[in-house]
Amino acid sequence: MPAPPPARPVTLTVNGRRTTASLEPRTSLLDALREQAGLTGTKKGCDQGACGACTVLVDGRRVLGCLTLAMQAEGCHVVTIEGVGPHHPLQDAVVHHDGLQCGFCTPGQVCSALGMLAEHRAGAPSLVTEDLAADAVPLTSAEIRERMSGNLCRCGAHNGLVAAVREVAESGSAR
Amino acid sequence: MTTTPTRPRATPSTPPTAGRTDERQWVGRGVDRRDGPAKVHGDALYTADRPFPGLTHGWMVHAPHARARIVAIDTAAARAHPGVVDVVTHDNAPRMAPPPSASLLDLSSLASRSRVEYLNTDQVHYDGQPVAVVVAESLETARYAASLVRVDYEVLPATTDFRAARDTATRAKQTPAAPTVSGTKGDAVASLDASPVVVELGLTTPAHHHSAMEPHVTTAHWDGDRLTVWDPTQGIDWCRKHLARRFGVDVRQVRVLAPVIGGGFGGKGSVWAGTLLTVLAARHVERPVRMALSREAVTRTVGARTPTMQRVALGADRDGRLRSVVHEAVVRSSTVGGGSEQVVAVSTALYATPALRVGTEVVELDMLPNTFMRAPGDATGSFGLESAMDQLAHDVSLDPVELRLRNDTDRTPLHGRRFSHRRVPDLMELGSREFGWAERGPGGRRDGDRLVGHGMALAYHPALTFEAHVVLRATAAGRVVLRTSAQDMGMGIATVLAQVVADELAVPLDRVGVEYGDSDQPIAPPAGGSTQTASLTAATVRAAERLRSRVQRLGPSAAGSVLDAVRAHGQDVEVVVGHDEGLRARAGTLRWIAETLWGQRRWQRAAWGAHFCEVAVDADTGEVRVTRWVGAFDIGAVLNAKTAASQLRGGIVMGLGLALTEESVTDARTGRLVGPDLTHYHVPSHADVPEIGIHLLGDPDPTAPRGVVGAGEVGITGVGAAVANAVFDATGRRLTHLPLTPDRVLGLAPEA
Ligand code: FES
Ligand code: FES
Repeated sequence: MPAPPPARPVTLTVNGRRTTASLEPRTSLLDALREQAGLTGTKKGCDQGACGACTVLVDGRRVLGCLTLAMQAEGCHVVTIEGVGPHHPLQDAVVHHDGLQCGFCTPGQVCSALGMLAEHRAGAPSLVTEDLAADAVPLTSAEIRERMSGNLCRCGAHNGLVAAVREVAESGSAR
Repeated sequence: MTTTPTRPRATPSTPPTAGRTDERQWVGRGVDRRDGPAKVHGDALYTADRPFPGLTHGWMVHAPHARARIVAIDTAAARAHPGVVDVVTHDNAPRMAPPPSASLLDLSSLASRSRVEYLNTDQVHYDGQPVAVVVAESLETARYAASLVRVDYEVLPATTDFRAARDTATRAKQTPAAPTVSGTKGDAVASLDASPVVVELGLTTPAHHHSAMEPHVTTAHWDGDRLTVWDPTQGIDWCRKHLARRFGVDVRQVRVLAPVIGGGFGGKGSVWAGTLLTVLAARHVERPVRMALSREAVTRTVGARTPTMQRVALGADRDGRLRSVVHEAVVRSSTVGGGSEQVVAVSTALYATPALRVGTEVVELDMLPNTFMRAPGDATGSFGLESAMDQLAHDVSLDPVELRLRNDTDRTPLHGRRFSHRRVPDLMELGSREFGWAERGPGGRRDGDRLVGHGMALAYHPALTFEAHVVLRATAAGRVVLRTSAQDMGMGIATVLAQVVADELAVPLDRVGVEYGDSDQPIAPPAGGSTQTASLTAATVRAAERLRSRVQRLGPSAAGSVLDAVRAHGQDVEVVVGHDEGLRARAGTLRWIAETLWGQRRWQRAAWGAHFCEVAVDADTGEVRVTRWVGAFDIGAVLNAKTAASQLRGGIVMGLGLALTEESVTDARTGRLVGPDLTHYHVPSHADVPEIGIHLLGDPDPTAPRGVVGAGEVGITGVGAAVANAVFDATGRRLTHLPLTPDRVLGLAPEA
């Protein structure tokens, strides 16, 4: 492997706050958030794009922090789990429906669900959408499962997570 | 450290009613888990999240050979890289004492599954074995510099093919108090030959990875001979004793903290290379070291569930009554650790039979030692037995539920011990009713491209309790605090213990704090074998009794509630259950062994369940989708309806992976894992998990403390068979090799 290029200052806007840190080009957004910004709510489950534990919102879209270089997020608005709360209805619903056990996947599930709900509001269909021409796709449990399948949960808290997302989607309080 | 929640939303979902009417206000209710709010907000600090002053980062270098001798390690380039603190290899590493051999008198000896003397030897015993650790100022630097380490090996011949080495297997010996791996009653072979109906299946299950979402990670800090370790271990006490022994320091010098654990499932129950080498590296570089394992490193250095080859033969009368049961298993172990597994134990528990033979053989390979994973043995063995029972039901034209009713038993078929508590017919009735089993219609109904089928299987997991120590304190400030070094990897132990304390002392739930996850607290058993909740409930109930009687003796102020009395007394009152050290600790261990052995001679205690499911099999692609699931369970008394249901669901979801997608692939020629990551090893995703209905009998076990039997493992047992039985119903194919991937469902896979 060739020697890594040197660090340079990078300015990120995270949860509404601008921060500048000296980052190497190889540093992932996930590592920058966790190790530099001290925002450890975002988790590293695989560092390879397979588990979704590192999901954050970049300009409102869900991305995998481990597959995004920190420098790619320069000038963007990054929202992590720490920026979602403190009293977002989805977080309360996840607790109430017991949509977690160990909780390690939970921040990624919550961020992913918020991004997913925004995609759905924008009319994006999924693999299980029956009528692609419909104006509004009903957000059934099957739709939620399909759209949330990038977020693994080894504890098996899927039922509670889906129930929580459904409840919040139906109440229209997800924004 | 305290883990008592501070956020207001941690209060229970149902408020207490004024003026208690019944004894149990909190136990049994679906109280929200206490650590939920911190976890959904990203505030809970897992091991890798905890800031640590002066921290350095470790990264492992893995051997690419199953057997080899290290000829030379060139670390010059890595060391010269800016930011590298040092590279630790067998050339410069501090010495460690060898691991202890297993003993019932010191259960912490069970913490070492591997005998490899990591970085203290030039021998390589398995592909993936760590041979160097790079320590650097940053994670990126450590990872990069690890690629600069050059290792020369003399490659040695290795045995790595499980099937090919089948003939080298040795029979597993049965030891007392250990799970069943062999036993006979009557002449099972003769009875089989004489039976009018015989079912015989040869089955295989692959190796499985625990795949907890939190990768293994350790932070180690030496201060002279004092060692502090943060590690998401499932066994704080075992880990602490193991480290003290390996590093030659007094156990009181070692502190292990695991306040928040991101899942374990058995994978964090032993002390694996990552933990040892972090402590070793920290000692060597004389700075705190954190080693957060990559997913690849977890998979290559933490043992997996053994693959199995099984043979199940059932002999029966034409009315389905069993005459003979034969269950044999071959499991994979390692030349440097691991061990046998109770794959056949399920056949010594579920059905009445006059003749029975079970046996286990172990093949030792030059591979990473296997280890326990959720319901070891029972998760895979139940696939064998319950598939065969389904086939028998088909062959004698009985409903699978009716066949199981005919063979129900109130004694263990092998030893004739009474079950402390067994209501299998009630479970099947409850499950069938909730599922609508009677209305399911014939199998193989076509729904578009898909064939619909239904299956059922029983679930079973034996229940044990360990010694547990607690301290319970009522404070003059009006709180009650329970302290124990228990670990919570997601089952909600603090939540249920608080419920128990609140009821035992008749205090409001929000006045009860539970502190755990730190070896400075009294010794608790490891979170494994579904033992923790029952063991700690027993100790907590005893502590509450002692506290109540201490408070009563306080004198005139003792009137009213416990908290009022202590407040009036003006001083905290504390009671201790169990002794962590010295002669009384020994005596406690001996008492536990005696009670366990005595209890096992009188009765068999277990958790039970009945699964019912529906599958849809794509007739063209062979893809199996599970569309409906109902599980009825008997886990004794239910402490928390919500968290218990979640644990059982979690077991079933892991069972869906076992049934349909999870398969650890090893290149049999080299012993190397193929794709040691979550991209190749497919754990269930949201789209794989249907709504799972959980129904509980809620009937206390008369022999268990407060009637509690563990719920962590029973859920996964039987799931593989229930799915395979449903696929049989849908397609007419009896599939005996897991997982049920499309190629197998279509009959296109080459099977041994
Ligand atoms: S850590 Fe990014 S997907 Fe797993
Ligand atoms: S709650 Fe443990 S991985 Fe999802």
